[in-house]
Amino acid sequence: MTAVLLAEFSQARQLRNAARAAGRRNYRLLDAFTPHHVEGLSEFFVTRSSRIRLIMFIAGFGVAALAYGAGEYYTAVINYPYNSGGRPLNAWPAFMLVPFATGILGASVAGLATFLIENGLPRLHHPLFAIEGFERASQDRFWLMLARPDAFAERQDAIDWLRQTGALAVHEVDT
Amino acid sequence: MTMTVAIGVRSEPAERWTTPSGRDFGAVNELITAPLLRRGSWTWKAWWIGFLVSLVLTLNMLVCVVWLFLKGIGVWGVNSVVVWGFAMANYVWWIGIGNAGTLISSMLLIARQKWRASTNRFAEAMTLFAAAIAGVFPILHLGRPLYFYWLTPYPNTMTVWPQWRSALIWDFWAILSYILFSIIFFYVGLIPDLATLRDRAKGGFARGFYGALALGWRGSARHWHRYEILHLTLACLGVPLVVSLHSVVGMDFAASLMPGWQETIFPPYFVVGAMYSGFAMVVCLAALVRWGFRLQPVITNEHFAVMAKIMLAAAIIMGLSYGTEWFNAWYDGERADRSFVIFELTGAYAPLYGALLFCNLVAPQLFWFPAIRRNIVAVFVIAIIINIGMWLERILIVWNTLSHDYLPSSWRLFFPTIWDWLLLFGSLGLFALVFLVFVRIFPAVSIHEVRGLIQEQIDEEEAP
Repeated sequence: MTAVLLAEFSQARQLRNAARAAGRRNYRLLDAFTPHHVEGLSEFFVTRSSRIRLIMFIAGFGVAALAYGAGEYYTAVINYPYNSGGRPLNAWPAFMLVPFATGILGASVAGLATFLIENGLPRLHHPLFAIEGFERASQDRFWLMLARPDAFAERQDAIDWLRQTGALAVHEVDT
Repeated sequence: MTMTVAIGVRSEPAERWTTPSGRDFGAVNELITAPLLRRGSWTWKAWWIGFLVSLVLTLNMLVCVVWLFLKGIGVWGVNSVVVWGFAMANYVWWIGIGNAGTLISSMLLIARQKWRASTNRFAEAMTLFAAAIAGVFPILHLGRPLYFYWLTPYPNTMTVWPQWRSALIWDFWAILSYILFSIIFFYVGLIPDLATLRDRAKGGFARGFYGALALGWRGSARHWHRYEILHLTLACLGVPLVVSLHSVVGMDFAASLMPGWQETIFPPYFVVGAMYSGFAMVVCLAALVRWGFRLQPVITNEHFAVMAKIMLAAAIIMGLSYGTEWFNAWYDGERADRSFVIFELTGAYAPLYGALLFCNLVAPQLFWFPAIRRNIVAVFVIAIIINIGMWLERILIVWNTLSHDYLPSSWRLFFPTIWDWLLLFGSLGLFALVFLVFVRIFPAVSIHEVRGLIQEQIDEEEAP
């Protein structure tokens, strides 16, 4: 359980400004929730680069190699070779399409899987969903999540400061 | 001094793609989700009429297929010479339309075209349905359709494997990969919208349904970051996949030794043709979706104007391709090739060929006029003409070559039967049916991308 402060803004600009200012005030930024991708927001939260592209690259080439090796080469050259008009058994230019198409499919399946795993989805229920008004995070409101300072005075300071930055409401929540 | 250089990105105002009433998050959310969530307050009369008509056509398609399976492909107009009839033309036409959605969506994403926001969703849906319908035709066309699974490599008692050198096998893998890829691309783009629907739904069933499909999406900044990475990477993979798929369709013809087919121009010419007919279909669907769901605030005349420009460019490339075909027939000096082009222009199918040239080359020239490009009715009508023209192109590629090959004694024409026509219209009915069901369940326009567009407008206004 982490104690957090959630501030609700009506505009993305206010959220961005608050996130920027929070860093200067030494508040620990945890996350933000927005109805669409907000340019320049991820730099405050993303500490580790995503492996999505790397895994897609590996899976794409892996599936392509499998399609070529275990699929085409094995069946046409080793398991059932037959000579048709002297054409090469390993007709690599003609064999390129299947690894290409299936490789892209493999990369996209791996990309989706990595995306879901890194995001911790599917997770149909989350404590945040219980907060009143949070349903608007997927519609028209912008939410900022900070770690709640332990000391009571600091906590009040943080809440007051969030209100000054334009927050419509500030919630204290245990997630 | 700092200097910012943006390559290939025009800084045009995002405002161009919405009308004032579509420049508010709340208004856009309501506009797009109301038909799905507030069914009582929404008239579905036109939808029901469309649904019933397309249901009848779909049932007709079912009857055609059952009759075909009972009697064999002799019920069609195919004969011992023109062995590919409507089925192959329908296949190429549908797969062309099926290619365009993902191509359009991916290309516009990579090219950072802001107007994709309100067109990509139904274009991608169109892709899925059209590609799935296209995939049915080659199977129907098999003499023994129950053995279609022989295309897949599976251990069998005969110990034989598919012929990997065959363009038809490439087709199978390309279509299979493409359809599955398109489902992933479509679904990833849909997840944030499903969350919006979940959060706006009042009823328990709707909330559960959209909630389960949304996978618990909560719009976290980290999730959006990964979403952008995945979506863009998929788009980058989608473009070459689409190009390869329709190139393979072109190679189904070009890999043969027939006059009029054996041409190196076929793969790129087919890809452009696919984009052309696909854009024409997107225009038709955009006009219908805009009218049906009153989406005028987010699908504007400007959208139609830019799509008209792309269709005009494609028409010119098609003209160049036709010209190249004629030139090559003359230049290579082969008797059969020259005779083929003369047959194309003066033979039994010449009136249809003339209609094709009119539909694909002449009619779109009206798009040179800005007033026509901004007139939705005009763009819609020309788009339908282009779709007819592209279908004629596909059927004539099959008919002209097969009815006029090397051996004059085997020149024979194709005469379609009632079953050919019924199946063609049946497939249109099936497409309309699934599309109508889609727009009733899922948002026809990407809500989060339109919100992103509005955000850009806000950022532009606030920028110093």
